Amino acid sequence: MLQVSRVTIRFDDTPALDGASLTVADQSIHALMGPSGSGKSTMLRAIAGLEDPDAGEIAWDGRSVLGVPVHKRGFGLMFQDYALFPHRNVAGNVAFGLRMQREDSATIRRRVNEVLELVGLPGYGDRSVGTLSGGERQRVALARTLAPHPRLVLLDEPLGALDRSLREHLLVEMRSIFNQVDATVLYVTHDREEAFTIADRVAIIRDGRIVADDTPEDLWRRPPDGWTARFIGLENLCTASRLTELGVQPPRGTATTGVIPPEAITLSPTGSHTATVTGSHFRGGAYRVELGLGEGSTLVTWSPTGLEPDAVARFDIDTARISWFED
Amino acid sequence: MRTKPWVLLLAVVPALFLAYFFVYPLITILYTGLVPDGRFATSAFVEIVTDPTMRSVAWFTLWQAFLSTVFTVALGLPAAYVFARYRFPGRSLFRSLTLIPFVLPTLVVGVTFLAVLGPGSPFGIDLRGTIWAILIAHVFYNLAIVIRGVGVLWEQIDPHIEDAARSLGAGRWRVFREVTLPLLKPAILSSSALVFLFSFTSFGVILILGDLHHSTLEVEIWRQATAFLRLDLASALAVLQLVGVTAILLVYGKASKRTAGELPLRPSFEVARRPRTAGERAFIAATLGMLGLIVITPIGVLIVRSLNTPSGLSLTHYVNLFNPPRSSAIFVSPVDAIGNSLRFAIPAVVIAAGIGLMAGVVIVSAKGRSGRIFDTMLMLPLGTSAVTIGFGFLVALDQPVDLRASAMLIPIAHALVAIPFVIRSTVPVMESVQRRLREAAAVLGASPRQAWREVDFPLVSRALAVGALFAFAISIGEFGATSFIARPSSSTIPVAIFRLLGRPGTFGEAMAMAVILMVITGIAAMGIESMRGTRSGGV
Amino acid sequence: MKRILGGLTIAVIVLAMAGCSTDDAETDEIVLMTHGSFAVSDGVLEAFTDVTGITVKVLQSADAGAMVSQAILTKDNPVADVLYGIDNTFLSRAIDEDLFIPHQAAAIDTVARGLRVPGDQVTPIDFGDVCLNLDPSGLEDLGLGTPDQLIDLADAAYRGTLVVEDPTTSSPGLSFLLATIATFGEDGAYPWQAYWRDLVANEVRIVPGWDQAYYGEFSGGSGEGDRPIVVSYATSPVAEVYFGDLDSAPTTIVEDGCFRQVEYAGILNGTKAEKAAGQLVDFLLERTFQEDVPLSMFVFPANSDTPLPDVFVDHAVIPTDSRVMDPAWIDENRERWFAEWATVVR
Repeated sequence: MLQVSRVTIRFDDTPALDGASLTVADQSIHALMGPSGSGKSTMLRAIAGLEDPDAGEIAWDGRSVLGVPVHKRGFGLMFQDYALFPHRNVAGNVAFGLRMQREDSATIRRRVNEVLELVGLPGYGDRSVGTLSGGERQRVALARTLAPHPRLVLLDEPLGALDRSLREHLLVEMRSIFNQVDATVLYVTHDREEAFTIADRVAIIRDGRIVADDTPEDLWRRPPDGWTARFIGLENLCTASRLTELGVQPPRGTATTGVIPPEAITLSPTGSHTATVTGSHFRGGAYRVELGLGEGSTLVTWSPTGLEPDAVARFDIDTARISWFED
Repeated sequence: MRTKPWVLLLAVVPALFLAYFFVYPLITILYTGLVPDGRFATSAFVEIVTDPTMRSVAWFTLWQAFLSTVFTVALGLPAAYVFARYRFPGRSLFRSLTLIPFVLPTLVVGVTFLAVLGPGSPFGIDLRGTIWAILIAHVFYNLAIVIRGVGVLWEQIDPHIEDAARSLGAGRWRVFREVTLPLLKPAILSSSALVFLFSFTSFGVILILGDLHHSTLEVEIWRQATAFLRLDLASALAVLQLVGVTAILLVYGKASKRTAGELPLRPSFEVARRPRTAGERAFIAATLGMLGLIVITPIGVLIVRSLNTPSGLSLTHYVNLFNPPRSSAIFVSPVDAIGNSLRFAIPAVVIAAGIGLMAGVVIVSAKGRSGRIFDTMLMLPLGTSAVTIGFGFLVALDQPVDLRASAMLIPIAHALVAIPFVIRSTVPVMESVQRRLREAAAVLGASPRQAWREVDFPLVSRALAVGALFAFAISIGEFGATSFIARPSSSTIPVAIFRLLGRPGTFGEAMAMAVILMVITGIAAMGIESMRGTRSGGV
Repeated sequence: MKRILGGLTIAVIVLAMAGCSTDDAETDEIVLMTHGSFAVSDGVLEAFTDVTGITVKVLQSADAGAMVSQAILTKDNPVADVLYGIDNTFLSRAIDEDLFIPHQAAAIDTVARGLRVPGDQVTPIDFGDVCLNLDPSGLEDLGLGTPDQLIDLADAAYRGTLVVEDPTTSSPGLSFLLATIATFGEDGAYPWQAYWRDLVANEVRIVPGWDQAYYGEFSGGSGEGDRPIVVSYATSPVAEVYFGDLDSAPTTIVEDGCFRQVEYAGILNGTKAEKAAGQLVDFLLERTFQEDVPLSMFVFPANSDTPLPDVFVDHAVIPTDSRVMDPAWIDENRERWFAEWATVVR
């Protein structure tokens, strides 16, 4: 189990990490998500040992790893640009970590083949890394990271450099690979879909601080604040007063904002609320419909059929599904 | 980030080497010259300022260096472009040929140029006693610096940037002026600084092609020290030259730092292609024609002369070298001369490569100014007058062990001049070995030492081999700098040429020996050419 | 790897240091400092070793001027035991600097009086003359006769025919300047400066070094230029015959206005092997070395008992009234002459 406690790292007095804490459970896939510049890569590098924290603690199974140099931590890190060794072929890259562990050559050969098989590149050992496609490089990098059986796998935007369709395909594959080898994974990304697809838990980092850490479902349902809600792509954020106008009673306490999930809005000719349709676009499978409430505020929902712009639409809100927070 | 302690430790060897074999002798000789009887000889400086001859020498030194640089860059840019962007038959042969002048002995080239530019010139001109002869020779010598220095960067600039500019409506010339040129500027600036440096400190070329009115500080230092025995004036001039050289190197350091900056480069991508249009082919042909005129004509003249005998073209001069028609000591067997040259070249290469590599690691690892200062210091010997270094060795290196008459001084002097070339070849590659690769090795369990051995060294070794070949070529061809060291008599190739040139009747043999030297350095140049992928550094 | 390289470098340097430390107590090696034109046949220096058991290590500098400067710079702790190749143009400065230990060589009586130095501070080893060399056929083509005096060259007929070396960068150039000074004097009605003014008016070409002058500008012999008169050595025609395998010399010399260069050897003050150094100076004036001098360096042996090689006997001319000049006078006036010369030719 990895425990990061209140880690602070400053570059030229600007904190990249500002008391960030995170726990990654054994054999779980934990995503760390944040916009660029939020400190997510710094976090990963600190865990790997490539940056020294100015304050805080990083421990594995309760034992601090701060004094342990990078090469003795036993954590694998896969870089966004893969950082494959250009002077070694595929097998040479994958074998590197095993050679550093002074495994005998038979073991290395066996393990290299095994890992290449695992990532779907059997027989690629003799290929030069310069001849590989982007997806193949990504798999080689993954194989290289996994080969020496790291106790923790750190991935820095591992699909960032690939195109969309390949990304979706590899994402699923990676998840199954991690499950097969029971790896403990910390997965850094800025992409919500990636994080939600692969991770058991998703931590959100903002300005060097972890602002949320939950399962994807709970994060989606109960975002801790408006920023997080917007960041993970939730729509229909409404102020308490606007919701009151819609006949929704805010709960007692300090909550000032509510999120109405699009699926909590049902279009129906008998709906109790009315709005003007300001947009209706086909998005493959369903129409995304924007409902204008006046004063520039809109709600978004989905409809199996398209609506005429400027038409008047009626709808209901399932108030139980609204989540509330302080913004 | 702070400089790590191991970097400081690694810096000790090159620093000590430089301190003991350069700074200490330099300071000692300047002190001897300028403080002859315990009092500072201000009069020497006054003389430099007031004497019209000295003033004109100083002015001419600057002026010809400036013009040499302008012409070399003007002619080098199209050549750099052609080599960087086009594939054509004989490309690498041509590029190797441009490297040969850089390592030819000035003595021979000077006399050859006399034939090309002097009386009976095939071009019907007589440029003796004009600045033009000097400029042409300097272009001949320094073209390789621009072709390589700029070419290396040019072949790494993503051609798509230029395509993008063209698609935005810029014509070819505007693309060059507004996109390519600004991107190349650091490389042009740093190459220019090097060309300026070599022209500023030119000795052999000026000695052969110059005259009373066309002389440089370097020649004047030599003249004052050896013909007039005026060590005070020579030292004062050496100080003046050193100030100039330091200024040039500071410009160079600034410029080459920018080369390493963030440029939209695609390092492992072959951007060269076959010429497509007739215009492109004509441009390539014109550029190669220009190179042929400047670089290959003198080389060709040299070869033809070595084969020219009263009875027509024959190998007589070569045969004479191997089987002297008479037994006389002035005929140094080429086998012996080559053997002696190698005996000096091997330790020179070992020292230059070892110290250059250590210095390179330090320069890359040391953060901020200290690395740059170190780099500049190591380049100073390139611009220090040979007679100053030679005399410096002689007055300074008698303690703690008397090295003054040691044969090792020759490879050490060669190494001093060659180290900057090793650094120039390796540092860009070391800088381009991304920190990520080293980090990747570390997270895979490699200790810093293992990471260096497994990642840096294999990637840098090719560049180091290039640097070592440069060092080899420099050592094999060097005559000027080492001639001022009292050296044990074992005739190296340039010494043998010098001897043969010093007698009436052995001119043909001198040319034949020069061709042999050219072939050896040519092989080294080919080696450099084949070793440098697109990733290795420039000059 | 870097450690290995570092270790290697240090090892190389240490080895070099170890390799050059000499044992002063017993002389088994003696160091001879000389200039870059020094040459000697195989086996000659070994003859010295055979007799004395002392090996000779030769240290060469670029040129005579550099060598003298080096010797003066290191006079407190000389780098060699014997200096050979200093000539009469630099001798006075060296003697003023107290560079040498006087020594009377065993064979000194074989040397012509005129070559010797008072007090025997240094020993004459060889001599040669710097003379005008002519390309007779080149002159003939121009319809010119062969000049036989320096003054002839001031004649407008010889316009554009002469090439000389810059006296400030070339040893024969300096010799020629001194020859003109010795010939025309400093004061008379037609002093040397006037002569040079006439040469300049006659378009004399001045180049920095001997090789450009001879190979680049001279039209005779192995020269490839267009000037039929050059300042070179009296032995240059001999070398043309010898190296060109010719029957007769393609070039000739003008016997008037030659300047005699004498090369000396001396024991360096501060040597720790004075006795051995004396033996080496003796050896340089003895027959084995003296016989080798003509064909190795194209100069004449100072020891008048030395038989000359055939090619010298057949083709060499020793000018009978070469100009000689007191080294002290040269040293005293050299800088002034250079300055005046530069004013004239500029």
